[in-house]
Amino acid sequence: MKFNHQSKPMLAAFAAALLVLPFIIDSLLGHGWVRIADFALLYIMLALGLNIVVGYAGLLDLGYIAFFAVGAYTYALLGSPQFGLHWPIWAVLPLGALLACFFGVLLGAPTLRLRGDYLAIVTLGFGEIIRIFMNNLNAPVNITNGPQGISSIDPLSMGGFSFSKTHELFGVDFTAVHLHYYLFLGFTLLVIFVSLRLQHSRIGRAWMAIREDEVAANAMGINTRNIKLLAFAMGATFGGISGGLFAGFQGFVSPESFSLMESVMILCMVVLGGMGNIAGVVLGGVLLVILPEAFRHGAGPLQQALFGKIVVDPESLRMLMFGLALILVMLWRPAGLWPSTQRRRELMPDETVAQQEQDTVYDAAK
Amino acid sequence: MTQPSETLLELSGVCKHFGGLAALSAVSLHIKRGEIYGLIGPNGAGKTTLFNVITGLYQLDEGTFSFDANSYACCKPHLLAQAGIARTFQNIRLFANMTALENVMVGRHVRTHSGIWGALTHNRATCAEERAIAGRAHELLRYVGIHRPSNTLAKNLSYGEQRRLEIARALATEPKLLALDEPVAGMNATETESLKALLQSIRNDGVTVLLIEHDVKLIMGLCDRVAVLDYGKKIAEGKPEDVRRDPAVIAAYLGGEA
Amino acid sequence: MDILFQQIVNGLVQGSVYALVALGYTMVYGILGLINFAHGEVVMVGAMVALTVLQILLAAALSSVLAVLCSLMVAVAACMALGYGIERVAYRPLRNAPRLAPLITAIGVSIVLQNLAMMIWGREYHAFPMPFSNGLHELGGAIITDVQIAIVLIALLMMAGLMLLIHRSRFGRSMRAVAENPSAAALMGVDINRVISATFMLGSALAAVAGFMVSANYGIVHYYMGFMLGLKAFTAAVLGGIGNLRGAMLGGVVLGLIESLGAGYIGDLSGGFFGSNYQDVFAFFVLIAVLVFRPSGLLGERVAERA
Repeated sequence: MKFNHQSKPMLAAFAAALLVLPFIIDSLLGHGWVRIADFALLYIMLALGLNIVVGYAGLLDLGYIAFFAVGAYTYALLGSPQFGLHWPIWAVLPLGALLACFFGVLLGAPTLRLRGDYLAIVTLGFGEIIRIFMNNLNAPVNITNGPQGISSIDPLSMGGFSFSKTHELFGVDFTAVHLHYYLFLGFTLLVIFVSLRLQHSRIGRAWMAIREDEVAANAMGINTRNIKLLAFAMGATFGGISGGLFAGFQGFVSPESFSLMESVMILCMVVLGGMGNIAGVVLGGVLLVILPEAFRHGAGPLQQALFGKIVVDPESLRMLMFGLALILVMLWRPAGLWPSTQRRRELMPDETVAQQEQDTVYDAAK
Repeated sequence: MTQPSETLLELSGVCKHFGGLAALSAVSLHIKRGEIYGLIGPNGAGKTTLFNVITGLYQLDEGTFSFDANSYACCKPHLLAQAGIARTFQNIRLFANMTALENVMVGRHVRTHSGIWGALTHNRATCAEERAIAGRAHELLRYVGIHRPSNTLAKNLSYGEQRRLEIARALATEPKLLALDEPVAGMNATETESLKALLQSIRNDGVTVLLIEHDVKLIMGLCDRVAVLDYGKKIAEGKPEDVRRDPAVIAAYLGGEA
Repeated sequence: MDILFQQIVNGLVQGSVYALVALGYTMVYGILGLINFAHGEVVMVGAMVALTVLQILLAAALSSVLAVLCSLMVAVAACMALGYGIERVAYRPLRNAPRLAPLITAIGVSIVLQNLAMMIWGREYHAFPMPFSNGLHELGGAIITDVQIAIVLIALLMMAGLMLLIHRSRFGRSMRAVAENPSAAALMGVDINRVISATFMLGSALAAVAGFMVSANYGIVHYYMGFMLGLKAFTAAVLGGIGNLRGAMLGGVVLGLIESLGAGYIGDLSGGFFGSNYQDVFAFFVLIAVLVFRPSGLLGERVAERA
């Protein structure tokens, strides 16, 4: 995933496309879909964060949404009428990220020596614990407002510039969803940048070594516990940041948004797209946000057209299709839709690999 | 630091039990700097257990273990790697889905320092370090004789190359002691011969080598000193030619061969 | 003191159900090393099928004993077929795929089953018919119902039967062989695919019985009931040491007891700050604590370093 010189014009075109995308979506599909694009970006951020934990370091985390929840509730509690606090975004977002990171270390320190599937269930339990606390911390002292959640959260704003109002620039109206799109795009690109840099670094190599063989990695002098903890903390931090953005964007948080199913969805984005490959994870995120929405919009009218009436509940039909899609895609491409080059090669027969290596630069044999 | 002593690794009275089974009982040995030290014994004699104790995979139950004049009675593998013990595994354990080059680069981890901040900013120190890591890794690949494209996945290398890659990865940690667990297992005569040459040149570069081997001929031809384990006890130690005449050894192990 | 006994009784009943479901998780894990995420939904399907058959048979004025037995058998058969199908469709094609691929298909199956159930049986809670009078007994100050006694007894019976099957029969021997080393077992002439299919069917049969039990105990069936139950049962399996049959049983009972004692006493322990709605937190906290101190679960053997 390194960009060489030939790809520069491509990159510029791609950037331009990303910039005008919300307007294209707006005119083609309607305003609602720009909002969906915003959510897609949030989920991509989450998926990229989880990718560090699952894709790079190979730690199966089934409670990742908990860190998202920590970030979201931090923002919500410090920027809403709940406690009458209205802290600015530059204080709340980093604090949420820091708290999420803290919880990541708190959970990881005692549990990261567990084998894969034990770790999975422990993280899952942790996710549930966080959710249950959010759900019940309204009595005897009301902190989280329980199942009702916290509403009228301060919108995202920076130095007097509010992202939730329409601004006019060059005669073009930028509505709230457009502005959030650009904000989230910026954060997503930042997360991608961080992921890329980490992937090709000393730390990234250590993560992958642990994923491949923990005993060997340890024997080669890698402090596996600390390096795993680092992956966990990084992932949690990204989760916390997107959580804060989510709270500010939606203006409302409730425990319902942080169920186990959400963790599972994010894991699906990572695995379905292609673990360890940033482009794949982004693709997974986009698909898993858009597919259910498309089914939601399509399921009702399609039945009308076919049978002249609604035969089955569109909501369950949508989830049914989604479940089927998960199964089919995994059966069709077990390594994900867009696996990393290494995994791709792994799935190819040996001769092709040999051929491919002939074509690449020889840098060892001189 | 005083002047380094002649002894690099010293074990005395090392015991290791698994349940009621004594895998090692009161084993004492010392390895001198710059030698190739062989450890032989019949199957189940405790060779690999001893090896795992030295490399920190097992904690010893009794006895002392000192390396490079420091005591490591109970120590984690990564700290021993830091101290200068690098190992290979009997059944090859490479990072299968990483390239040959990356495998060796991982070995440099313990001697390099750049962290998250360096990775994100690509500051000068980090870039220089990355270049040095990659350069050293290329060198080591050539040194052990892997002349394939360095981006070949480890799992796609031939068996002999995988063994060599493991050695390259271990050498990347700049070990004082290179511990090899049956490095020629499964190799044919030619491959064994060239590996022997590689081990000799590693020793000539100043690295002490500890070798566990089934291949008695290799041990006899290569090692400066040999220890023989049987049922978790050391039954002989000394120059190969002396050891092979030792009656206890003949009885326990070499049997008809000697 | 009454509360204590009562909570122990409740915990044992709930724990028996967990244990039966946990056995399904642990058997599949022991053999394939994968978390059968859809297992909880199999429990739900079992309960739903039993409900429908029972309603039909009772409406047809069949004798209650016969109706209950028939519905249980139909549910078991349906779940076995479902278990077989799940393995064939979602797991077998991915046996050599990257480790997480089957986890995702399992999640897919779980979503599909849940939503199919919602389409067929609707979103509402159904009352589970109870054709017998459910007598109450007093046991050292605690109240226990007929159904609860039946649950504990049947669970014990099924577990004993399973242990016999696995340790005394030819099939059990092949199953243990496959769990130990699939390729070696195959070389020795064990038909791995058949063993795996049979394992899934066996686990699903237990799940169907468990589904029937919970429904009878609470008198309520719902399309979402499998999710939390499955989660708890999986927790129980891990608590006991996943892959270990005795561990699953122990883990199930222990989890059941922890939950019910936790729910009963958490209020007193925390000075009224936490209520019984923290019951699940309690269960997960204990899980984390157990795993921190015993990383392979209560009965799990320490997995030797694969050096």
